[in-house]
Amino acid sequence: MKIIVCVKQVPDTSGKVAVKPDGTLDRASMLTIINPDDVNAVEAALALKDEYGCKTVVVTMGPPPAEKMLRTIMAMGIDEGILISGREFGGSDTYATSQIIAAGLVHLGIDDDDIIICGRQAIDGDTAQVGPQIAEKLGIPQISYAGDIKKEGNTITVKRMLEDGYMMIQMKTPCLITCVKELNQPRYMSTYGIFEAYQKPLAVYDYNTLKDEPLIDPETIGLQGSPTNILVSFTPPLKGAGTILEGADMNTCKTLAKILDDKHIIR
Amino acid sequence: MSEYNNKDLAAFKDVWVFCEQRQGNLMPTDFELISEARRLADELGCKLYGLLLGGEGIGAKAKELAGFGADGIIVCEHPLLETYTTDGYTKVIVDTVKERKPEVVLFGATNIGRDLGPRCAARLHTGLCADCTHLDVDVPGYQQFLRGASTLDEARIGGLDTALVMGQKHDVSHDLKMTRPAFGGHLMATIICPRFRPAMATVRPGVMKKAPFDEAKANAAEIIKENVVLAESDFETKVLSVEKAAKKLVDLVGAEYIVSVGRGIAKDVDLGIKLGQQLADELHGVLGGSRVVIDSGWLSADHQVGQTGKTVHPKVYVALGISGAIQHKAGMQDSEMIIAVNTNPSAPMFEIADYGIVGDLFKVTPMLIEAIREIKANK
Repeated sequence: MKIIVCVKQVPDTSGKVAVKPDGTLDRASMLTIINPDDVNAVEAALALKDEYGCKTVVVTMGPPPAEKMLRTIMAMGIDEGILISGREFGGSDTYATSQIIAAGLVHLGIDDDDIIICGRQAIDGDTAQVGPQIAEKLGIPQISYAGDIKKEGNTITVKRMLEDGYMMIQMKTPCLITCVKELNQPRYMSTYGIFEAYQKPLAVYDYNTLKDEPLIDPETIGLQGSPTNILVSFTPPLKGAGTILEGADMNTCKTLAKILDDKHIIR
Repeated sequence: MSEYNNKDLAAFKDVWVFCEQRQGNLMPTDFELISEARRLADELGCKLYGLLLGGEGIGAKAKELAGFGADGIIVCEHPLLETYTTDGYTKVIVDTVKERKPEVVLFGATNIGRDLGPRCAARLHTGLCADCTHLDVDVPGYQQFLRGASTLDEARIGGLDTALVMGQKHDVSHDLKMTRPAFGGHLMATIICPRFRPAMATVRPGVMKKAPFDEAKANAAEIIKENVVLAESDFETKVLSVEKAAKKLVDLVGAEYIVSVGRGIAKDVDLGIKLGQQLADELHGVLGGSRVVIDSGWLSADHQVGQTGKTVHPKVYVALGISGAIQHKAGMQDSEMIIAVNTNPSAPMFEIADYGIVGDLFKVTPMLIEAIREIKANK
């Protein structure tokens, strides 16, 4: 039994988002972080490890510097890291990305009692598509938006959050779960964990590693294998500046109330 | 069934909207998407169908959907479809798509739509664009949209009738152009799915405008009962129960007036929330909050406006003590009128506000409530 966590390194959009004149993101000038929802996925894996003593593996697809992020996650307690990285994988949309990650997981080997955990969505693209699409490519069941996970033997019971409530759903391993931030409170790295992280195994899967996997062919990976294309990316115009009503006093509030009344807002 | 070839673009026609239901009740996104998809079907010169899955008797809801502009509703009734499951719904939708070959399939970007759409797209080997906020087929219409919504220059916009696809110049006039925000709305991208069909998208709830209900259209709609082939053995997940949230959740998406509170209430959370609620009551609106308010547990998650919360476009949005992080702005910047109250004159919220007051919300809000009451008293 092992728990596999899929994570993504993303630009930190909580600060200033840098956009190049051509409308694409200036990634080089931005700091990178572990995608926030993925940190909850890591915690969910570690909680299962605490309970069952099972092996945990973190998997990411990205450029070589993403290795550092994997070390950080291993410092939290994950046992092994896998970096899927290769020029051939570049330009992949969610479909092609899922295909490649699924191939990486098949290469790693998925046992009958394994669980794959992903964050709900990444803050750069906000698609929430890669988790379910990995499950589809692996032909295993998924439950997304997990707010609670219970394991009893090979039966996994998940509280699946909805906008207006929740569903309780059961499935058997191997299976995939995507989790929301309400699921747990992630732990911090420990000093010993940081030291230990650099002793733990980290494998790099490149195109040559995965090229014989049935899921990998030029028709399904990279730019060429992506069903979607970006027609154009652009920045929205700034909305024209509004009116600052001078003075935070009763007169100003009366002026604002009058404006609302003139627009038939006060009823 | 003829052989299914997702690259034979000419074999695909018509626009479909997946119509989500929960406990037999249609979702607001169904009406929004059918209303919007009417225009897309007209631009493509094809028909618009709703795709409704549910338990026995769900077909009775078909006319309610069609009245918003569909030519027909494809009804898939089966006892095993009563409650949403990823596996059951994916199988039936994929079977129906392969049988009838629609050109476009839209889903509401609800928690269910975003679970189902990716799974269907992956099985059909086609493209899916997540959480779209604008859709076009017609190129001049799309270019007109960009003139208002982007900072692109005219030459660039003019050249967007073609795209470079696999090194070849590709005419996009028959492609669905799916526009969506990324990075909290700082960047927008238009996505196409030029080589495969159907083109699929999930569409953000609350963004598309609902058309008026048309009784004649509802009565004229073609109701197609699909033969559903589904067995227990098709399921790998089992729904044990469906629970509605006990507390009545605040309906931010449908609200016309929203008063939201942010970090500015930190020095007296209870009073800040009370003042926000009072002002919302005066405006016959509802109370919202920024991410910090929800993360700190001051308001429940159903109150959250922003990238990770709800996208709203009320007539009036009042931001009390909200600085205006991009993630928050992404969820409310399309409000018809924005009013900001903040002690910090350089708060980003003032950049998009129509009216701003630089001041302490704890002093300004009671005065504003009083001024509104005064006007009401004199009516």
